[in-house]
Amino acid sequence: MSGDLLKLTAADLAERLAAGEVSSVEATQAHLDRIAAVDGDVHAFLLVDTEGALAQAAEIDRRRASGAALHRLAGVPIAVKDVVATKGLPTTAGSRLLEGWVPPYDATLVTRLRGAGLPILGKTNMDEFAMGSSTEHSAFGPSHNPWDLERTPGGSGGGSAAAVAAFEAPLAIGTDTGGSIRQPGAVTGTVGVKPTYGGVSRYGLVALASSLDQAGPVTRTVLDAALLHELIGGCDPLDSTSIDAPMPDLIGSVCNADVRGLRVGVVRELGGEGYQAGVRARFDESVGLLSDAGAEVVEVSCPHFDYALAAYYLILPSEASSNLARFDAMRYGLRILPETGPDGGVPSAEDVMRATRATGFGDEAKRRIILGTYALSSGYYDAYYGSAQKVRTLIAGDFEQAFAQADVLVSPTAPTTAFRLGEKLDDPLAMYLNDVATIPANLAGVPGLSLPSGLADEDGLPAGFQILAPATADDRLYRVGGALETMLVDRWGGLLLDHAPVLAAAREVSA
Amino acid sequence: MISYVEAIEHFEPVIGLEVHVELGTASKMFCGCATTFGAEPNSQVCPTCLGLPGSLPVMNGAAVESAIRIGLALGCDIAGWCRFARKNYFYPDMPKNFQTSQYDEPIAFEGATDVVLADGETVRIEIERAHMEEDTGKSLHVGGATGRIHGASHSLVDYNRAGIPLVEIVTKPVIGPDAQAPEVARAYVAHLRELLLALGVSDVRMEQGSLRCDANVSLRPRSGGPDQPLGTRTETKNVNSLRSVERAVRHEICRQAELLLAGGSVTLETRHWHEDTGVTTPGRSKEQAEDYRYFPEPDLVPVAPSPQWVDHLRQTLPEPPGERRARLAAQWGFSELEMRDTVGAGALELVESTVACGASPQSARKWWLAELSRRARAEGVELADLPVSPQQVAELQGLVDGGRVNDQLARQVLDGVLAGEGSPEQVVTDRGLEVVSDDGALTAAVDQAIADHPDVAAKVRDGKIAASGALIGAVMKQLRGQADAARVRELVLQRLT
Ligand SMILES: [Zn+2]
Repeated sequence: MSGDLLKLTAADLAERLAAGEVSSVEATQAHLDRIAAVDGDVHAFLLVDTEGALAQAAEIDRRRASGAALHRLAGVPIAVKDVVATKGLPTTAGSRLLEGWVPPYDATLVTRLRGAGLPILGKTNMDEFAMGSSTEHSAFGPSHNPWDLERTPGGSGGGSAAAVAAFEAPLAIGTDTGGSIRQPGAVTGTVGVKPTYGGVSRYGLVALASSLDQAGPVTRTVLDAALLHELIGGCDPLDSTSIDAPMPDLIGSVCNADVRGLRVGVVRELGGEGYQAGVRARFDESVGLLSDAGAEVVEVSCPHFDYALAAYYLILPSEASSNLARFDAMRYGLRILPETGPDGGVPSAEDVMRATRATGFGDEAKRRIILGTYALSSGYYDAYYGSAQKVRTLIAGDFEQAFAQADVLVSPTAPTTAFRLGEKLDDPLAMYLNDVATIPANLAGVPGLSLPSGLADEDGLPAGFQILAPATADDRLYRVGGALETMLVDRWGGLLLDHAPVLAAAREVSA
Repeated sequence: MISYVEAIEHFEPVIGLEVHVELGTASKMFCGCATTFGAEPNSQVCPTCLGLPGSLPVMNGAAVESAIRIGLALGCDIAGWCRFARKNYFYPDMPKNFQTSQYDEPIAFEGATDVVLADGETVRIEIERAHMEEDTGKSLHVGGATGRIHGASHSLVDYNRAGIPLVEIVTKPVIGPDAQAPEVARAYVAHLRELLLALGVSDVRMEQGSLRCDANVSLRPRSGGPDQPLGTRTETKNVNSLRSVERAVRHEICRQAELLLAGGSVTLETRHWHEDTGVTTPGRSKEQAEDYRYFPEPDLVPVAPSPQWVDHLRQTLPEPPGERRARLAAQWGFSELEMRDTVGAGALELVESTVACGASPQSARKWWLAELSRRARAEGVELADLPVSPQQVAELQGLVDGGRVNDQLARQVLDGVLAGEGSPEQVVTDRGLEVVSDDGALTAAVDQAIADHPDVAAKVRDGKIAASGALIGAVMKQLRGQADAARVRELVLQRLT
């Protein structure tokens, strides 16, 4: 029974909950058991809130029993990336600096989750302050890819993707600054969506790069993503950059997915050199399927995408250097108290700040803070931050031109399948290249969805297919994603994840 | 130190003033927290103004409106589109370790305002910019001798002030006034206060820090001619009373002149003003000043006030202070000098309110400029902060006009009011200060005085009317001052002539 519950999509589980065939407490307990069984290997979670999740589940079961009108996802448990503030639940953003900090408030999206009655299973692992593509920069140890525990589940939101891929949670929340939802989705065979910038409130997201960050759904199906996206999306007066307009119909777009007559643009610059052959092959197949289904496939060129990575690694560190300045040991989080100041006297506030930040930040965070501080410095600002902003404008222009020729753009999500833990840890540039195809969407603020396109022939690991749409046209992601998923699932005879290897711990438990 | 006269003989001073005004909005610049002054430390805070991880700012529309109105009142252009920027530096009273401010895109710029000096001369001060920003928290250094960080054992931080909206008004270099520079500096700040008060955007209480002034001073040698570049400037921080503005500028002119005359050079630096000793001491040197790494604040959307809105705000500006002064002077029949003194004493609003409560303009002026100004000076407080209201002053004058108290008694009544004993009427009753208006009692006292001083009475009878003063004095003494001296004189003369 509990095995069945775990394999259900969120939409199917929701249906069973609504029909009274299963209670939220049962569903939540099943996932907590699963976490207990496999998370020792996967390490998707930094914190599991057994008590809180079960209490929320019991509450929603009571409300359902009393005949209250409930949200469609009511009772479906969810995992939340640890970069999102949860009132009363420690939130670390993967950093020692925030170890022990318990937010006194909920992020807006968490308020919506709680309001709709989704029990929060716990907080998922991530690269420190969402800086990385593998979770190896987490201060609390990496997560492991359920497809191959020796490999990374991507990052920064590897914990959320791994939790969903390992059936530890039917749904999860991720955040995507340069690909942190989509790239982990690609390498774990899950679905991840970065909404249009401003589509989901950023209030309560520990900020990495304010002009790039977006929260979004991490799921196993496109429909589940639409359900979660509609729940967490929409205008929030607490976020000035939030879009003050109704969201398009996302769920309807999945249910009526039809790509006939739709123009699908293949981005020439996202797919050549550096892309793994098996990833490329699965991508081409999917494009072929869309074409077969009646889409008009065109090739588009976005010449400035070649500069996206460089611009991104100036804008992100610049904003991050400022956003991370508040971690100074004065009000919350880690405090390292040196015995003496540099002159041998009583340490000053500045000495405490210096010692705390020197100890608390990991190497990648330090690297980016230094980069950003430099890029914003007087005398360098125009050459670095200023130029990067110009590139950003050019990339937005590329998108505009491309969307004049195509309704959606497509590319492989990540150039490769999951890489081995440690493989790129000492080579930041190689690590950064994982996000080469996902970064342009963040720079331009347009939405993107990644769904599994199959297994690469070389290594039998999942590859991802990325769909990009114009800003505020998130419905197109779901229309194309829904159509492609239906055709792929048809071919595979089920979700790609059904082909994932059974986790060792799970085998022991069932044996 | 050399004298001001000597300093001015050798050098031409150039000043520049940066005034921070705390807006009187009900809530903070970027969150909904209250802005009440003097509240329990850290009681008016939330995730946003504490800079907690994940919190975001939301613009206070009322603060933007105030900033635009200030800009318009200073004759500035209003930006059709402008952004906030982050000013990055580390300090424990900065919750985010950056201050959300405006950098190269101020909401208001390129204005001018006419300041009238004590001698009636008008000086035009050009305004470079007025921009919006948030205030920082407030550090309290404990255990040191002076309340300064040096020598303190620890520091406390109150974040109630963090995020309170500020408008910073920056002048262009003020070159013309020459030797009058200190007076001009003071008059400009007084003028700003008046203007801001009229706009109703701030309570502009310098002693509470809701108006803070930084004064830039530089000197140019007289020998260099008018086209020479400006000298190296110092920026004296937090000069927090009108008197201090004038004193600090004057001091800094003398200090720099002495330095330069001795062959030294002025260091580009910020300096601290010491109210008690009347000197400035060096703060941070600008050479080692931080690079603030300004960049546009990505958490806020640009401010783009519509031309229609700005026009509406322009049309609903209050009467400019200059015009208002002219109107009130005519209405009250004040001479130019009387008006200038009234404004100079910061008593214009007080006199206006007192007149509105029924006092004659001249009596209102006399109360505020004479007796009350004296008491404010003695207490070392601003006139407006004396614990007496225009309503009470008008009531007091009503008692005088009605003959119920004389001038001397009125001052005693005022003592009572200032001591918090209630309204003038109340004080008169409680202290029994009313003049004796019963002719029977007065006559008895007069007769007693005549009986006590027969020699004086004889002189008066002989036609030496001036001698009656001694008898009147005796009566007043007998009645402990509680009599109308004029009536006493009448009665004395009636009896003896
Ligand atoms: Zn607040």
